[in-house]
Amino acid sequence: MENYFLDIPEYKHHLHHPLMKRIVELKERNYTDQEHFDYAPIDFEDAMDSYERVLEIMGQICTDIIAPNAEDVDQNGPTCSGGRVTYAEGTKQNIDACIQADLMGMSMPRRYGGLNFPVVPYIMAADLVSMSDASFQNVWGLQDCASTIYEFASEDQKKRFIPRVCKGETMSMDLTEPDAGSDLQAVMLKATYNKKDDCWYLNGVKRFITNGDSDIHLVLARSEEGTHDGRGLSMFIYDKNNGGVTVRRIENKMGIKGAPTCELVFKNAKAELCGDTRLGLIKYVMSLMNGARLGIASQSVGICQNAYNEALDYAKDRKQFGQAILKFPPVAEMLSLMKAKLDASRSLLYETARFVDVYKALEDISNERKLTPEERKEMKTFSRLADSFTPLAKGIGSEFANQCTYDAIQIHGGSGYMKDYPCERLYRDARITSIYEGTTQLQVVAAIRYVTNGSFLKQIKAYEELSVAPELSGLQNRLIEMAETYAKAVDFINEVKNKELTDFHARRLVEMAGYIIMGHLVLQDATKNSELFNSSAHVFVRFADSEVQKHAQFIDGFCEDDLAYYRK
Amino acid sequence: MKFKIVVLAKQVPDTRNVGKDAMKADGTVNRSALPAIFNPEDLNALEQALRIKDQFPGSTVTMLTMGPGRAAEIIREGLYRGADNGYLLTDRAFAGADTLATSYALATAIKEIGKCDLIIGGRQAIDGDTAQVGPQVAEKLNLPQVTYAEEILSLDQKSITIKRHIDGGVETVKAPLPLVITVNGSAAPCRPRNAKLVQKFKHAKTITEKQQGNLDYTDLYNQREFLNIPEWSVEDVKADVEQCGLSGSPTKVKAIENIVFQAKESKTLSSSDKEVEELIVELLANHTIG
Repeated sequence: MENYFLDIPEYKHHLHHPLMKRIVELKERNYTDQEHFDYAPIDFEDAMDSYERVLEIMGQICTDIIAPNAEDVDQNGPTCSGGRVTYAEGTKQNIDACIQADLMGMSMPRRYGGLNFPVVPYIMAADLVSMSDASFQNVWGLQDCASTIYEFASEDQKKRFIPRVCKGETMSMDLTEPDAGSDLQAVMLKATYNKKDDCWYLNGVKRFITNGDSDIHLVLARSEEGTHDGRGLSMFIYDKNNGGVTVRRIENKMGIKGAPTCELVFKNAKAELCGDTRLGLIKYVMSLMNGARLGIASQSVGICQNAYNEALDYAKDRKQFGQAILKFPPVAEMLSLMKAKLDASRSLLYETARFVDVYKALEDISNERKLTPEERKEMKTFSRLADSFTPLAKGIGSEFANQCTYDAIQIHGGSGYMKDYPCERLYRDARITSIYEGTTQLQVVAAIRYVTNGSFLKQIKAYEELSVAPELSGLQNRLIEMAETYAKAVDFINEVKNKELTDFHARRLVEMAGYIIMGHLVLQDATKNSELFNSSAHVFVRFADSEVQKHAQFIDGFCEDDLAYYRK
Repeated sequence: MKFKIVVLAKQVPDTRNVGKDAMKADGTVNRSALPAIFNPEDLNALEQALRIKDQFPGSTVTMLTMGPGRAAEIIREGLYRGADNGYLLTDRAFAGADTLATSYALATAIKEIGKCDLIIGGRQAIDGDTAQVGPQVAEKLNLPQVTYAEEILSLDQKSITIKRHIDGGVETVKAPLPLVITVNGSAAPCRPRNAKLVQKFKHAKTITEKQQGNLDYTDLYNQREFLNIPEWSVEDVKADVEQCGLSGSPTKVKAIENIVFQAKESKTLSSSDKEVEELIVELLANHTIG
């Protein structure tokens, strides 16, 4: 391929969605930036054209630089000495290219040096980066931490830090500690305020910090002495130029080996408070994590795309029994299912990104002026949609990435098990996506309330109202029947009112909702572009149907007493 | 310290992806079948110019290209990567130019641009592979030249140190300014397009482009002077029309044919006058030269 963005037509399909008109209008405040910035768009068409052109640049860098570097980056990886991290040579080249192309602060407002891109084209760039080298997404994608500074820090802090990120300084979010992984309430890194210096000092240890030797850190620390829960935690900004943080070691990981995962030692590290004390975890980290989860969802989709490309190329080339293995039904079916999962998770990713876009843009506008009642209602609707769809996109997307890379190796056969083909790297890279930024199990915890409160069903009903191409109406009916099955299962769970039973079936229920939603989205895609998505619509709805039936049957034949067999 | 740099660039058919219909029946290049691209080594040249601009803020990079209207794309590609401005030399009278007429036209345009410190171009264009235009421009401007440049090692107001790629190794040379440099393909690749600059300059057009088709954003061209790409004709650069284009080109193409090189056809000659003379006679006879 010569340019991933231009050569994979699915990208442009997802970029051009009717909701973009509203998103761009909100994000560009009716195109007023053109008076101050010569690179600001003049109208909607001009903005969309700019997104395409910039994604074309990203596609070119991905094809020419990031993807060719991926193998070497995986093999050599970053190194750590004297408390500092050195990136692999390829990672350095990747960063340099992105800096030269001004692709480091894509979603930040222009007044801080960014491109003011909505989430959709930014996430599309992340998708492209991830398909080229998933580990580079962990370095490049952390630019998104600037959103947290933009949303919660003071104007003075924004002016000092965001332009640096736009110029290419990297970021990290320092949350996890040895005893605080999924349970961040247990964070113990100590923040002490020194009256004389009028600043905070951080002391303690952080573990598993991606890109931990970054220039600007967001650090979750305990500012309230004597507290033990989330309400004693605050968010701090640490500037590497001030010193005080060293990298004790970097982890030897299974995958995403190009991204340095660091153990950090804070010794009287000078830091500044971001926002208010005590809101670190309950407000800021939650916001940060939602952005990060969307990033992992895009990473998962990118890996899926790469796995599918590799598997398809191999299946076309590899001949056994006198013909290309692509011609054998079991191989063809695996490829079809991979493509269907790829298309469905990508469609869910961009649907989620659009929801986040509308809600974030309105939220941002609400800092400038009072929203109209209609706008407030719109913001509420989209905020709920974004919150409910984000764990689906991350949870299901990352599981699909694992399944697709597994199948990619299977299609390669024995050769796939060797280090000779990229599919083994993709398999290792994919494995983390269902673990970090909240495991799949925790995505289910975040999503289950939208099952039980009827949000997902309401959205499914909305999708059922959309028209589809006549030849797809059979599939649409099938999805409607699946929703009835799902609704029955939800009713049953809601009636039983047994928390343990709900938790036990939560993953099944969330998957049912997710698969039905994805089915509708792919149907819409196939309606707009039959050539690209027709097969995937047929394959995915069949897959979804069998999964929904399977889960329904399990739930149906299960009584509360059976829980005893599963207790440990 | 600031430098004024002119980058010579050419739009060429992408001969790296030659398909079946690359040549017409009459033996000329079928330009419509080949995508038009930025000559690869001219991109290497642009990168060298941009590096000087990075290192010495305030330096300017001016693109200069000669070609039909659509060659304005070359100017835009330069602007997308950090060039400050550019000129498109375009006139029917420039058409059909060989290297002599081309270098004449470029030299007159450079005089029109005004005093500059460095003129940098690619070693050669992939459509003609002559590597003559850069050196001829230097001769016409009466400037020294460094060819096959790979890296600029140092630069000050009066002189420049350049690493050259030569047969079997490299050579480091020091030259006075102003100077013409031709850059080899082994030099650093050109940087990617810049997201802000692409958005800034994507509407940049020549007057001819503005006259063609529907022009969106008309007001913009008055508000943003940098969106107007100047076009220069023979008159604009005060060129002698007889020395331009076909009339200024002594090169005559007799015929074009496909040749497949075969290693077994090589022969070794001694340096005796007799053998050289025989070779000349042979090459004249089979029209390889002459």
